[in-house]
Amino acid sequence: MKALDRKLWRELWQMKGQAVAIMLVIVCGVAIHVMFGATLDALGQTRARYYQEYRFADVFAALKRAPESLRERIAALPGVAEVETRVVAAVHLDVAGFAEPITGRLVSIPDNREPRLNRLYLRQGRLPAADRNDEVVVSEAFAQAHRLEPGAKLRVVINGRRQALTLVGTALSPEYIHQLRPGSMFPDYQRYGVLWMGRRALGIAYGMEGAFNDVIVGLTDARAAPDVIDELDRLLTPYGGLGAHDREDQASHRFLSEEFRNITLSATLFPVLFLGVAIFLLNVVMNRLIGMQREQIGTLKAFGYGNGAIALHYLKLVLVVVLVGVAVGVFAGAGLGRRLAELYTMFFRFPFLDYRLTFQLVFGAMLLNLGGAMAGTAFALRAAFALRPAEAMRPEQPARYRATVIERLGLQRLLSQPNRMILRHIERRPLKSLLSVLGIALACGVTMAGRFQEATITHMVEVHYKLSQREDLAVTFTEPTSWRAIGSLDSLPGVERVEVYRAAPVRLRFRHHSRRTTLKGVPPGGDLQRLLDADLRLLDLPSEGVLLTDYLGELLGVQAGDRLTVEVLEGSRPVREVPVVGLVKEYLGVAAYMDLAGLNRLLREGPAISGAYLAVDDRERSELYRRLGDIPRIAGTAIREQEIRNFHRTMEQTMLFFTFIATVFAVVIAFGIIYNSARIALTERSRELASLRVLGFTRAEISYILLGELGLLTLVAIPLGFIVGRGICTLFVDGARSELYRIPLIIHPSTYAFAATVVLASALLSGWLVRRKLDRLDLIAVLKTRD
Amino acid sequence: MTDHRDRVFLARDLTKIYPMGEIEVQALRGVDLALFAGEFVVLLGPSGSGKSTLLNILGGLDSPSSGAMQYGGRDLGVYDDAELTRYRREHVGFVFQFYNLIPSLTARENVALVTEIARNPLPPEEALTLVGLADRLDHFPAQLSGGEQQRVAIARAVAKRPEVLLCDEPTGALDVQTGVRVLAVIDRVNRELGTTTVVITHNAAIAAMADRVIHLSNGLIARIDHNAQRQAPEAIVW
Ligand SMILES: Nc1ncnc2c1ncn2[C@@H]1O[C@H](COP(=O)(O)OP(=O)(O)OP(=O)(O)O)[C@@H](O)[C@H]1O
Ligand SMILES: [Mg+2]
Repeated sequence: MKALDRKLWRELWQMKGQAVAIMLVIVCGVAIHVMFGATLDALGQTRARYYQEYRFADVFAALKRAPESLRERIAALPGVAEVETRVVAAVHLDVAGFAEPITGRLVSIPDNREPRLNRLYLRQGRLPAADRNDEVVVSEAFAQAHRLEPGAKLRVVINGRRQALTLVGTALSPEYIHQLRPGSMFPDYQRYGVLWMGRRALGIAYGMEGAFNDVIVGLTDARAAPDVIDELDRLLTPYGGLGAHDREDQASHRFLSEEFRNITLSATLFPVLFLGVAIFLLNVVMNRLIGMQREQIGTLKAFGYGNGAIALHYLKLVLVVVLVGVAVGVFAGAGLGRRLAELYTMFFRFPFLDYRLTFQLVFGAMLLNLGGAMAGTAFALRAAFALRPAEAMRPEQPARYRATVIERLGLQRLLSQPNRMILRHIERRPLKSLLSVLGIALACGVTMAGRFQEATITHMVEVHYKLSQREDLAVTFTEPTSWRAIGSLDSLPGVERVEVYRAAPVRLRFRHHSRRTTLKGVPPGGDLQRLLDADLRLLDLPSEGVLLTDYLGELLGVQAGDRLTVEVLEGSRPVREVPVVGLVKEYLGVAAYMDLAGLNRLLREGPAISGAYLAVDDRERSELYRRLGDIPRIAGTAIREQEIRNFHRTMEQTMLFFTFIATVFAVVIAFGIIYNSARIALTERSRELASLRVLGFTRAEISYILLGELGLLTLVAIPLGFIVGRGICTLFVDGARSELYRIPLIIHPSTYAFAATVVLASALLSGWLVRRKLDRLDLIAVLKTRD
Repeated sequence: MTDHRDRVFLARDLTKIYPMGEIEVQALRGVDLALFAGEFVVLLGPSGSGKSTLLNILGGLDSPSSGAMQYGGRDLGVYDDAELTRYRREHVGFVFQFYNLIPSLTARENVALVTEIARNPLPPEEALTLVGLADRLDHFPAQLSGGEQQRVAIARAVAKRPEVLLCDEPTGALDVQTGVRVLAVIDRVNRELGTTTVVITHNAAIAAMADRVIHLSNGLIARIDHNAQRQAPEAIVW
């Protein structure tokens, strides 16, 4: 081996602690980058292939009832490639041994052929036989949640009639990648299921023979969507059309898109952050490590080593550290990414997962890290090369220290000699000190970003479910129902209070903005469903005009006082101008609210309601559930406690998994940065400190001089880190806003405390490690050789 | 003068000024000098008189503030960095005042560092044996005494069999016996290989070994002595 390479390996071994710390930081940066990149790739790829291979429809429309003959006219519309008419029914389900109400959605499939659109991926068993009326295929998620196997019996209430069904298979559909009960925010596979039945059998059961109440359309060209939607609305309005829409407003697709957007945000922000910090550290560390080799570089040059050979020498050092770090990072990231992607498939039910590491991802990570390290190396080498060998080899002139600001202010009495040395050293190299502070502050900020979401989620639950949605139980009706229904709800066992609402699908327009959403009419003075203003105070419902979720108002660009166009998408489809009276603070979902009677008037209907919120006596719950299951008009029942649990579970399984990783990585990075700062300081100053020892300073005193500086920089860095952390959290919170949820920027004091603790603990540990080295400082060796 | 011999170095009106903030340090104030092939020259002078500065300029480690330094008829001042590197690699052997060993390399490896890029070097072990360090091959600089480090530095310089050997106080840290031994090595390299040798020393006794003794004082050549007879290193008394 060449002597120069020996030098490389020896020096690498000498700084192994530091090298490992740097590698760990790279590993974290790369792992996060690869984890998110690979997950995002996998989910995107998988969805695209699934949609294509299983013919996901482009346009969707629900209606009351239309004769099958209408199919021809839909198929003849320009731009339409495929049409599938269906019967879709909201049902109640009974699964043996499960006491709580289960809502289902029964969807028809053609009897003797493959569906042309929204094909099923059969996971288990078979499709229902065409000549049987009692066979059903259920969604895999539902079957798994109840451990149902082919052959299992289900009891279903269709249109008020009980029917026994036999499960013959389990399946997945591109239409229900994300299965959400309408009106719910989070999946609950036990209490909501999708079922498929033959068209003929379901037609008989639901009273839809020769008719359909749902149509899906495949387009020749996606650009035809707006025209086809208009034409379809025109065709379906006489048949009770509820408004055609494209994929953007299809529940599963929309949810996926929002989630993908969120993952993309995390997949951009966090890798940029972590990788950025890693690269920053590499840059600084390489710069300083090579800066310390100035004299050796001079010597090598004096003996006729060219700049190229010397640059290559240090490059090799960098390469070893970076490549090992990147390799481990890619490996860890690929593993974590698979885990994360699999986590997502608990919510996104795909038949397969196209998970693979792309070359770009790995190569990108390597290039970024190498670039960062090489930039630092090049910077330091350029400085060393700029010196003539004679200068480079000369021991650095004793630094020109100055009296510090404090001393110039005449306050030196306040400072002991060691304190003065610390301050002078910091002042002499302001850039270096600044970079150290910046590095530690970044570590502190990153730690906060990984941690803050937990407290935030608690706050969201508090506000949404404790201040705003306070019912025990929510029931929705299959279709708008008369007020009399309240009477029947009131008299059910255990019901203490009933508050009704009317919800209508609408399109809101303001100037060039428009959104499809729900307009909810609620009676004034409600106690179970309350609206809050920006300061979380109760908001009175005005008798005129609408209130909008704050985020919806933002999306539409409206403010209180503006007039909004409301296009109702059901019934006689009236279009009205309505003033916006104010905005409602909501973290989950978006909606528009108005007075119930006002909405009934706007819809030109009598007093009708879509559902009700109930306060119930816990002791009578099971009896209540049983009775609710018998009411045919009730399409679904949601238990608030369960919703909260679903919310927590969803958040915990995705966000908190990631939060955990981010926290662990942030801690590693914090330690990596601080330990490196301490080690570099030790190496740079060991001669000086050894001389002080020789002059009679004690170990404690020289430790104080070195570690006091680290401590001071750390203390300065922590508040700065809080600011950095808050900035990162703000970026995240702003980027993560979606119609599904908005995370409030709430940084709990415990988050600050945690970040500060991590930084301080890292500093203490680094200090202790360095102190051990200081105690073993070989005075003779340090003074005898010069490097 | 001995102009009949080949002139290896020719310095014309060399000055070197170190800017030190507001003040300037004049290390050389106009040095004219010629060095000849195979010649053994000793540079004498008080501390701070510019000896190291002159040696560094001879070796292409530093450049003069004004004036010209020619080697083999070519001006070192016009060499770019790559040419200066080649010049040092192919022609010059250094012994530095502060040894400048690489701390992470053993004695043998420190020598190998130089012989690996030389055209016709001695094996590192042989060079180290020459300076009496055959039993210290695998010691790191921190495990060597100051004098031993100095001898490694000398082994490193002579191992490449350079055309020019520049030594900055090669015996500063050595006792008489070892000093004599080291000087004998330098003397032998000079005689056997015809290496042009420049040795800086504070020790006037060593001057007896030289063909010529150049006295520097305050950045100028004060006088040049010719020795009619070079004394053998063993005969030096200090
Ligand atoms: N890099 C530098 N910056 C400023 N002044 C310098 C520098 N290098 C040398 N000098 C000054 O130049 C003068 C000559 O220095 P040089 O090292 O050549 O002296 P020297 O004769 O080798 O002395 P010594 O015998 O002590 O080694 C000295 O006054 C020294 O202070
Ligand atoms: Mg000198």
